[in-house]
Amino acid sequence: MVMEIVCPAGTPAALRAAVKAGAHTVYCGFNDETNARNFPGLNFDRDEMREGVGFAHKHGAKVLVAINTFPRAGDQAIWHRAIDDAHSAGADAVILADPGLLDYAARDHPDLRLHLSVQAAAANADIINYYADAFGVKRVVLPRVLSVPEIAAINAETDVETEVFVFGGLCVMAEGRCSLSSYATGLSPNMNGVCSPASHVEYQDDQGELSAKLGGYTIHRVGKDEPAPYPTLCKGCFSAGDQSGHLFEDPVSLNAEQLIPQLQKAGVTALKIEGRQRSKSYVAQVVRNFRNAVDALEAGQDLPAGMLAGLSEGQATTTGAYKKTWR
Amino acid sequence: MELTVGANQFFWTADNWSALYDELTTAPVDRVVLGEVVCSKRLPFYQDRIPEAVARLVDAGKEVALTSLALITLKRERKLTAALAEMGVTIEINDLTALAHLPTGADFWVGPLVNVYNEGTLTWLAGLGASRVCLPPELPLASVETLASLGADLGVAIEVWGHGRLPLAISGRCYHARLHKRTKDNCQFACEDDPDGLEVRTLDDQPFMAMNGVQTLSGSYACVDHQVELLTKAGVSALRLSPQSQGFLRVCELYRDRVSGAKPAGSVADEARKLVPDANLSDGFLTGDNGASWSQDIAS
Repeated sequence: MVMEIVCPAGTPAALRAAVKAGAHTVYCGFNDETNARNFPGLNFDRDEMREGVGFAHKHGAKVLVAINTFPRAGDQAIWHRAIDDAHSAGADAVILADPGLLDYAARDHPDLRLHLSVQAAAANADIINYYADAFGVKRVVLPRVLSVPEIAAINAETDVETEVFVFGGLCVMAEGRCSLSSYATGLSPNMNGVCSPASHVEYQDDQGELSAKLGGYTIHRVGKDEPAPYPTLCKGCFSAGDQSGHLFEDPVSLNAEQLIPQLQKAGVTALKIEGRQRSKSYVAQVVRNFRNAVDALEAGQDLPAGMLAGLSEGQATTTGAYKKTWR
Repeated sequence: MELTVGANQFFWTADNWSALYDELTTAPVDRVVLGEVVCSKRLPFYQDRIPEAVARLVDAGKEVALTSLALITLKRERKLTAALAEMGVTIEINDLTALAHLPTGADFWVGPLVNVYNEGTLTWLAGLGASRVCLPPELPLASVETLASLGADLGVAIEVWGHGRLPLAISGRCYHARLHKRTKDNCQFACEDDPDGLEVRTLDDQPFMAMNGVQTLSGSYACVDHQVELLTKAGVSALRLSPQSQGFLRVCELYRDRVSGAKPAGSVADEARKLVPDANLSDGFLTGDNGASWSQDIAS
């Protein structure tokens, strides 16, 4: 079976662009703190969600609604309403990370298909099968810490479908298990749906150099004419011991396009593209390329090489953990 | 308010490891969590000492639990987790994977590395047999209040991270190995040289974080000295103290005097600074704008 391409849509326009470009499935979120891309000007209100689902279904595509932050104590109703509204909008599944929310969805909407978000960091077959037994989870988005052989081993031990990230931003910490951002800024992916938020970024002229600060901490400094990378905490410059540099991860993004055949052999059902914050033209181009790749694979042809290199953040890409050179 | 000693986050020599738990038999704390929470490669160095340490702590009247790893991926790590259930000691889960291996019907504890952010998750865990939950350090006081109140109704004791470098992230990648240009499988136990983690500084040379193998910690030492009354009023049942290489017994004593009312707010912070002279203190996750902030900087 052809591998499913799961594409990001930060706006209704991006959803339509992704569907027209050949996305099998689109994922999106409501315009509030219930999803992990809670950026200004992004995401869907209730009417837009209903219309988006209608458009996708008319064109034979599916829509997944990400409700993948961890509800704030005292305010769970906001997250419950998001699940109710995704259900009534006709979403094909919701993508959840919080066990309390999975429990709510499984009980109140037994006909709603549940996907486990990468934010749940389910990194082995035991926990994946546990989520399937406890809540009826049908698909898991695997954390970006696993290699291809590890993914194959998981698929051998579970009937839950697996979806893996193949393109876009790359977390080096276990997803949903990181509070670096709230330590520096007070806002975190788990609680607020943002990481290293732009509201806390400051660029400063430092004697001919450009410093990038996050929450007052200087984590990049470049010459005036060099491109200044966005100060994402885990990709910042630091010093420890007698070393300095990108101690956690270089400012690279993920591109696993050439590993698609291996991922298919490893039993992966769906390929996920990161980037709900990206423009519709970017989304359309990435989708088209990945759709061509899986169609070529299905037809027994070779993949085109380097098809997406120019679209990557900072131009530098990595196959991430899939080819684990650091193990 | 009770005191719980959390699992040691760092890689100490086996003798230093034993010395900590010897010392804790006489410490004014109510319970101790031990075992390996960060990296499965460390465990063989002290694993055979765990049963004796458990026995001595129990004899000394402490409640004891063994922790699971915080990130379970490898087959070997899954087997280790399953083996925990056969030790006959309460288990503290720090990765939900351990749920799949719990002995049927046994109560368990939930550690600070499990995402218990809200009533739904707390209720679900209570239904499975959780009797004690240490909340994630990231939670603000308002969440702590809501969950402590619900915990009282559910019969689940709620703990809050009280003192020590904050666990901020866990990864599949080892940063100590990366720093020494080694692979994770050939790390040569680089983290052993840093019994409290290795300080990570910004480009302006500000202390910021600390690396500890696959874990990233805060550079600052969390200290809830100034929130003890608020947490008591909220119904928090225990403060969690995280082992450090210098003066940990003294840290336990300071908090005992503080929670019993024998010493005023400020007494722990003043003394804790003397134990780790260059340390910054923080309490911002509970009451500040961000995790790294310290309430007394704002007050003064």
